[in-house]
Amino acid sequence: MTMIGLEIHCQLTNLNSKLFCSCKANYREFEINENICPVCMGLPGSLPRLNQEAVKKATLIAMALNCTTPEKIAFFRKNYFYPDSPKNFQITQLNIYGDTSVGGAGSIMIGDKKIRIIRIQLEEDPGRLIYEGSSSKNQITLVDYNRAGTPLVEIVTEPDFETPKEVRDFLNILSDILANLGVADPSLEGAMRADANVSIEGGKKVEIKNIGSFHDLEKAVHFEITRQESLHSRDIGIVQETRHWDDRRKITVSSRSKEEDLDYRYFLEGDIPWIRIDPEIRKKLQAEMPESINSKKERYVSKYNITSQVADVLSSDKYYSDLFEDSHTESNAKEVANIITTELMGLVDTREKREASKFTSVHLRELADAIQSGKVSRNSSKNALHEILKSGKDLSAVIEELDLGNVSDESELSGIVALVISEEPQAVEQAKSNPQAINYLVGKVMQKTKGKADPALTLDILKKQIGV
Amino acid sequence: MNLKISGLDFIREVKTGNISVEDFVAKTIEQIQNVDGKLHAFLSVNEEAIDQARGIDKKIKSGGKVGSCFGMPISIKDNICIKNSKTTCASKMLENFVAPYDATVITKLKQQDAIFVGKVNMDEFAMGLSTEFSAFGPSKNPWDTDYVPGGSSGGSAVSVSAFECVASLGSDTGGSVRNPASFCSTVGYKPTYGLISRYGLISYANSIEQIGPLTRTVKDSAFILNMISGIDPNDNTTVDNKNEDYLSGIESGIEGKRIGIIKEMIGDGIDPAVLSATKDAISKLESLGAVCEEISLDMVKYSVAAYYTITATEAGSNLARYDNLRYGYDFPLEGYEFNSYISKARRNFGPEVTRRMIIGGFVPSAGHAGKYFLKALKVKSKLTKEINEAFKKFDFLVSPTVPILPFKIGEKIDDPISLFLVDINTVTANLTGKPAISIPFANSNGLPIGIQLMADSMNDTSLLQAAYALEQTVSLPEVPI
Repeated sequence: MTMIGLEIHCQLTNLNSKLFCSCKANYREFEINENICPVCMGLPGSLPRLNQEAVKKATLIAMALNCTTPEKIAFFRKNYFYPDSPKNFQITQLNIYGDTSVGGAGSIMIGDKKIRIIRIQLEEDPGRLIYEGSSSKNQITLVDYNRAGTPLVEIVTEPDFETPKEVRDFLNILSDILANLGVADPSLEGAMRADANVSIEGGKKVEIKNIGSFHDLEKAVHFEITRQESLHSRDIGIVQETRHWDDRRKITVSSRSKEEDLDYRYFLEGDIPWIRIDPEIRKKLQAEMPESINSKKERYVSKYNITSQVADVLSSDKYYSDLFEDSHTESNAKEVANIITTELMGLVDTREKREASKFTSVHLRELADAIQSGKVSRNSSKNALHEILKSGKDLSAVIEELDLGNVSDESELSGIVALVISEEPQAVEQAKSNPQAINYLVGKVMQKTKGKADPALTLDILKKQIGV
Repeated sequence: MNLKISGLDFIREVKTGNISVEDFVAKTIEQIQNVDGKLHAFLSVNEEAIDQARGIDKKIKSGGKVGSCFGMPISIKDNICIKNSKTTCASKMLENFVAPYDATVITKLKQQDAIFVGKVNMDEFAMGLSTEFSAFGPSKNPWDTDYVPGGSSGGSAVSVSAFECVASLGSDTGGSVRNPASFCSTVGYKPTYGLISRYGLISYANSIEQIGPLTRTVKDSAFILNMISGIDPNDNTTVDNKNEDYLSGIESGIEGKRIGIIKEMIGDGIDPAVLSATKDAISKLESLGAVCEEISLDMVKYSVAAYYTITATEAGSNLARYDNLRYGYDFPLEGYEFNSYISKARRNFGPEVTRRMIIGGFVPSAGHAGKYFLKALKVKSKLTKEINEAFKKFDFLVSPTVPILPFKIGEKIDDPISLFLVDINTVTANLTGKPAISIPFANSNGLPIGIQLMADSMNDTSLLQAAYALEQTVSLPEVPI
């Protein structure tokens, strides 16, 4: 049986400051080495100052993933030399002397499958290496410490996955959960990273590191399974090792480094006293916990009669579900859900588009109301939405400017209906005997009004004039 | 101008207008120029000290608000950061390191108008107890320059005892304030762990070390503690002392206090002169109304081994950042890959630091941690339990600060184990987080002997009261410089 386990790192991007100092957790906006201080640079004499908010957010994650949360948590030093590590040790957590990391054993469901979590720990992200130079010979390595000290949560799973697809599904769900908790924006570049370990029946465990994206992770796992199976079929033993994902060639390569032999000489970080997570804090966090994706979905279906597929799409994405929550009313919920899932998702599917767009939840609510009251046809509403995204103008102004308002004036519409009847004698005859055929005439009216005729009113007038 | 006055006397003299800060500081700088060539307490002298003194005089004259130090000249161990000044840890590795920020204790003393006359010598990265391991040469004992001043805060003790400043800040990881204080006949005080912020103190063994004052009198130590203690958001290990005043009740005496005499610290290996001084101290304490009784602490015999195991482990980690990428000295990169480059760079550490780095790489490593590091932690926790038990019965514990007299420079430098054992009486306070103080008590053929008192955590106020009481019974010769 194939066994795949994951180690996921997620930055707590929604925090204000780094894990041990007041530099910004959002390091992405800064010029190189501008988001640093004596603490995150590990200058002689500096001491870590624990960001209590990070402990709370990490505990929230542990609770959301059904992990045990210990009463007291501690930090440890992981000692190793690397240029991106300012102190040459990383402050992290460890459970070998008892459960003292923010989260212990837990699980989440992927469909009917349970994925078990071994532990969740809070730690600091290192800096970033930048390679410059034309050839490998005269290449220089520069270090940007802006990222050093960013709060990072590590989630380690049991090897419960059997296929690359399961891995992908899990990561999608996990990243939705983290976004929904409001602790991170996993869509930010580098905010969420994962390593995998893969083993097949009768083989040793192989770790794959350096995987850039979730998409590549699926590919890397797939490649690794194929590689191991091919070795196995030729009776070649699979050795325990660490392999790196070669992004260019899309293969895994033995890292040949002695990473597995590294001795991290873990010991307790004396500069950070033990932190008590008392029942009060836990209770408060539980109370502040945002509604889960599953609960949102069920509510959308049962309360608003939204179809389960639409509810699924809507609830799993924090951006859209927040938008839905802000814009819907008791009466227009279904219409709002409809606009979001059929129109909006195609228009603001990236962060850039979202940031560039100028619409608000008010626009969305008014648009749904306008469709329901017949002020705008569903067809015209698309044009209105486009314009609102671009200009941010009020719905009424957009309708006016683009002349999108429904023709709902009875006398005006009666004239157009009369014209269509005179042009389509054959269809009129058919409509008299076949009620379905009248839709053809409605279509003709729509053509003449460029889709702006109020459909219900048009049908009424047609029926009256034909006499059916 | 009398440089030999205490800190509190200095402040009184300045306040009453008998002396000007400028005159006193100028005279202090002159003293440094006169004697430091011989003693080598200072690694750098503050060129602006006299200007700063003049500024404080002006403030006094104009009736402005003056901080409670009134320009008191203080020396600072060279492992405590002062913004825009070199902080070398007496190491080649930090020879050119200019701190870009002030340690919390420095910020607090600046606010109280202290003047930092200079940075003083120490064993490299505070590892040692003779100041012989300074990369910039040893300091010498003012009582006899053939002898070591103790360490690692040797420069602090020398500068106070040779009147090159009124007081000094040192750091104490296993006795580094108390040991040189004892060898140079000054007061040396290590407070309860967490009472003084370590922010800006370059770490050696961060879980047990504290900054502490070296002063002429116990009252001066209490006065300095008043200014620099208390909770600091930049150091998560600091404790809230609720602005305790350590000075106001210092003359309360020790009538009726119970004092334990630690048997293991007056036994094998103790110098007869030190033993007789200790016995004398005990009878003085009794004559002040205290009840003294022997107590045996079984874990003390393991304390030095545990101490060196734990400190080497933490040092191995704390000093890992000195990899020559960010600090250190330049040499051509050509021909090195990352690991060999680091190895070469780290050869710039001196012998004692290198020794402890090697121990620190070994004792917590996989396969050895159980035999060494984890065992040392067990000793630490058992020792703490034992000491806590002892403090249920006693208010204070007494012992000689150091079991031997100051030794000659070079005498023990090739015998690290015998050097390690000199720490036997001081490391217990660090391993257990308790406050301890060394009081100058006797003199044997011109070499000073100090007595150590220890109290339970956060009992610093009463410890200082006891130290003050003992201090009043002492009359010592003047330092022969």
